[in-house]
Order: sequence, then structure tokens, then C-alpha cells
Amino acid sequence: MKHGRPSRRQLLQIGAAVGGSLLAGRKTSALETNPRKLGEPLGPYSERSPFEKAVRWRRESKTPETGSSFTPLHDSVGTATPSALHYERHHSGIPTIDPARHRLIIHGMVDRPLSLSMTDIRRLPSVTRLLVLECGGNSAGEWAASGADVQRSYGLVSGSEWTGVALSLLLAEAGAQPRASWVIAEGADACRMMRSIPLATALESSMLAYGQNGEAMRPSQGYPLRLINPGWEGNTNVKWLHSLKLTDQPYMARDETSKYSDLMPDGKARIFTYAMEAKSVITFPSGGQTLPAHGLYELTGLAWSGRGRIDRVEVTTNGGRTWVQAALQEPRLPIALTRFRLAWRFDGQDALIASRAIDETGYVQPTRAALIAARGTNSIYHYNGIKFWSVRSDGTVTNVES
Amino acid sequence: MWKVSAILLLMAVTLSAQPPGYQVGRPPTPEEVRDLGSAIAPDGTGLPEGSGTVAAGRELFAAQCARCHGPNGEGDVGARLIGGQGTLATPRPIKTVGSFWPYATTLWDYINRAMPFDRPGLLQPLEVYAAVAYVLNLNGIIEADQVMDATSLPKVKMPNRDGFVADPRPDVPRERRPR
Repeated sequence: MKHGRPSRRQLLQIGAAVGGSLLAGRKTSALETNPRKLGEPLGPYSERSPFEKAVRWRRESKTPETGSSFTPLHDSVGTATPSALHYERHHSGIPTIDPARHRLIIHGMVDRPLSLSMTDIRRLPSVTRLLVLECGGNSAGEWAASGADVQRSYGLVSGSEWTGVALSLLLAEAGAQPRASWVIAEGADACRMMRSIPLATALESSMLAYGQNGEAMRPSQGYPLRLINPGWEGNTNVKWLHSLKLTDQPYMARDETSKYSDLMPDGKARIFTYAMEAKSVITFPSGGQTLPAHGLYELTGLAWSGRGRIDRVEVTTNGGRTWVQAALQEPRLPIALTRFRLAWRFDGQDALIASRAIDETGYVQPTRAALIAARGTNSIYHYNGIKFWSVRSDGTVTNVES
Repeated sequence: MWKVSAILLLMAVTLSAQPPGYQVGRPPTPEEVRDLGSAIAPDGTGLPEGSGTVAAGRELFAAQCARCHGPNGEGDVGARLIGGQGTLATPRPIKTVGSFWPYATTLWDYINRAMPFDRPGLLQPLEVYAAVAYVLNLNGIIEADQVMDATSLPKVKMPNRDGFVADPRPDVPRERRPR
């Protein structure tokens, strides 16, 4: 039975062995009982294996309805984030919305103000896109100091398949007036979170999503309807969307002036900083992990850009002295998480490892030092510096103070 | 060739003249629009009638706001609302309504839509005007006898009104030898 199919004689031998042990009622192997126990019955909606423990992390808060929870990137494989592990950022809790009662109001500078039910919206031609979604404040802690693990320092980013309707289609139905140049998007959460979106960009690429990863999106992601602005900071992707008001000016909402604006060393703050620039991070080996032995490993991580496709990812294993090109795993889609891989031999030598992403615009992910030289350390948002991990001779992996 | 172009042109004209294709939805009812947060533009568009005084705001603040923002807006569970002027260009900037917020209308809009934190939508327009007047006065931006209404509020010039600039990215020069 070394190669190919078992012979008739071998089959007979196996049959005799199984029959014999059935009679004896003994274990035939360490892996299963005999007679074998039936498995669990079929269920209507699957849970993951009880052996899988990956969970989001969140900081303790006096107001549990606000804050953010971080995707466990170190446990991720491929490029899709399970809906249940997608990062979250909330300002006044997760509303419970009955889709049968939910309406989207399109008003302001339109010829035909519209009130749409979810049934209306689902009747329209759908679009589906695999996209990265990243909080504008992802890696905010890195401005001050390098975080200890990839989940807490880079985990406000996730990848999903979003399905919905092109915003341009609905705005054509409502008839945007020539003077309209902005869209004020508002959610139905308790605080009525609101952002101003330039109409030109919205017409080009925004969509109203109701589906995530093949089913209705989770309440925490905006059920039943959210705005998706591909490549823009997460906060502009307004959840629980119930109002689109067309105007001739931005409304200077609290969440686009006081928050989500980037303070520079000269005391001026950049406003309407929507795009998420190219970024990457090694997820294995990363802070808190341990390489169990010397030998060949697949070093891997995630790269993405809000401005298009990842063109290439370069990896250093010697503190940045030399960089080699990593393999990019398909699919490699615009504005989507892209996985990179590099075979790397750990031989017990201390190693400083990092990745840098280059997107299709030619933009190169900057070093932390270059980023801070340009923007100081008080901008909070849009940190995309190169992240180094230190692999020690004993195989433990830590962050690098720089 | 010309014939094809003419047909295409005719089709385009016909298409653009047609009403929208799917005819979904219906006009919103006044109630539906009223249920939305009333978004306020920096020029005051959307501000309702009514007015509020600093004195009325002081009472309201003690009753509704102080438990999170501190008795004098110094901050606690809720954000610090006062001070910080002159700190934005320092290593430890303090961003408050007084030091950072560029528009007074945003304060009305945000209090109206999102405050108090655990009961947003509780305050009536007159109360929102009063709360806004009080917080502006706490920051020394308006005098104690100034009244806030749809006309006066958009005219308030916030100290950091000119403190915002457009997004210049990509802005980080590429290094010859990273790290």
C-alpha cells in the first residue's frame, strides 16, 4: 500500500482488522473511537470551531458605546476579514434597525426628493467590490511609540466584499441640481453621525452597501445600509445611512473639523483628508509571536492603498540595509487588502524585519522618521509608516523602539 | 458613419430628456425629513428660530452637561471644552471648542444632534442656543450679555477660524536610503 490503490488482499486485511476490533469494542487508533461517535447535527447558521479563539481587542472604556475594536491581523489568512472580526468604531452605540421601517431620504439640491425603502434600493442593479476599509485613526499610537503587536497597532483595517447600489444611480433618480457640489451623509445612530462628501468623488466611486461577504451586513457595520467611499478613511463610510442631503458647501461637522482633521507642527490642521495612503505590515512573524525552531518560514503580511492597486511590496530582514521584492498573492485588486509572502530562513540570528508597499501611483510607504519629519507627532490620523519587528535569537518577536 | 453618429446623438438626447429609469421611491413626507438630524451649514443655513442667553445656558449646563464635561467645561468623561488657545503649535496641543473648532455653527449642530451623550435629541432648539452661548462665553469668545440666534451665531468668529488647510498629500518626500 505504499503507492497507488490498495490491492484486494490488503483490503481484505483491513476489513478483517476493522471487523475484529468491532467485535472487541476497542480503539483502533488514538484519533477516533470505534464505533465512531456521530458528529453534531446540521444547523441553520454556522459557528466557528470551538478551538478557534481569535477575537477583536478593545480598550477598556467608561462609555462602552464608544470606542473601537481591532481586527486580529496576526491570526488572519488570505485577504478577507470575517464579518464577525471586522474592526469597529462607534460614536454612540450600535442601533437596532428594522429594515422594513428603514428609509433613505435624498433631499436638498435635487429635482426630485426621494424617500426610499430597502426594497426600493435592492430593486436597483447591484455592484460588488472587494475593498479595504481602514479607520482614519488606525495606528494613531505609532506617532508616539511603536505598538507591541500588529492587532493593537494596525488592527483598525479590514477587508470585505461589499454589495450595493452605485450612488450615481440613485442621484440620477433624484436629479442632482447643477449647484450641488457636496453630499451631507448622515447615519441613524443615536448621535446622527454626519460627514460632508464632495459630490464629484461620490458620483465617481461611492456606493450604498447593504451586503457584506455574501449576506446582509452586520448591525455593527451599518445594517441595513451604509455609504462606501472606496479608499477613504473609515469614518466617511457612514453607517446606518438614512439621509443624503445635496448642498453647495461642506457642513463642517464636528467629525470633520474637531475630529478627523490632521494637526501639523505649525498649529494648522489639514481638513478633508479623505484618502488612506499605501501601507503594509508583516503579520507573521509579528510582535508577541514566537518562532518555534530554526528553519524556513513563510514571512507574510498585508498591504493596501486607498489610491489603487498594490504594485509591489519590498521586505527587509536586516533592518533596512537591503530590500527584496515579496511575492504578491492573488487576488490583487485596487483598494483591497493584498497579501504578500517571502520565504525566509531563521537561523537564530537577531533580525529586524519590515515591509514597505508601493502602489500603482508610484507612491512609496514612508519610514516612520520621514513621516514624522513631514507631519510631526500630533496629527493622530493617517499614520502609514513602515513597521519594524525584531526577531530575537530565541525566536521571540517584539516591536522596535525607534 | 454620419448616420450612425446622428442616431447616437439622437439616442443621447432622448435618454437625457427622459425621466429617471427606475422610478423607485416616493417624495419624503415632512415627518420623515423632520426625523433626520437638522444639519447646520457654516453660513447658518438650517438654524431654527429662537435664541438663547449665556445665563440660561449656565443653568442648563449645570443640569445636563457638567456631569460629563465638568462644572466649568474642564472635561472629565466628556471632552474638555475650554482653554488650550495658543497650544496648537506646541508638543502638547489642547484641542477644545475654544482653541480648535473653526465654526460656532458646528457647536450648535453637534450639541443638537449628539448631546447629551446618553440622551441625544433631548434638547429643544432654545436650549441648544443657550448651551452654545454658555460654552462660547466660557471660552471668552462672546460676552455674557450676548444672545445667540440664527443671525448672531454664524457671525461669531472662532479663534481658530483660519487654522485649517487643504489636504496636500502626498506630502512625504521619498528618502534615498530608507532607514
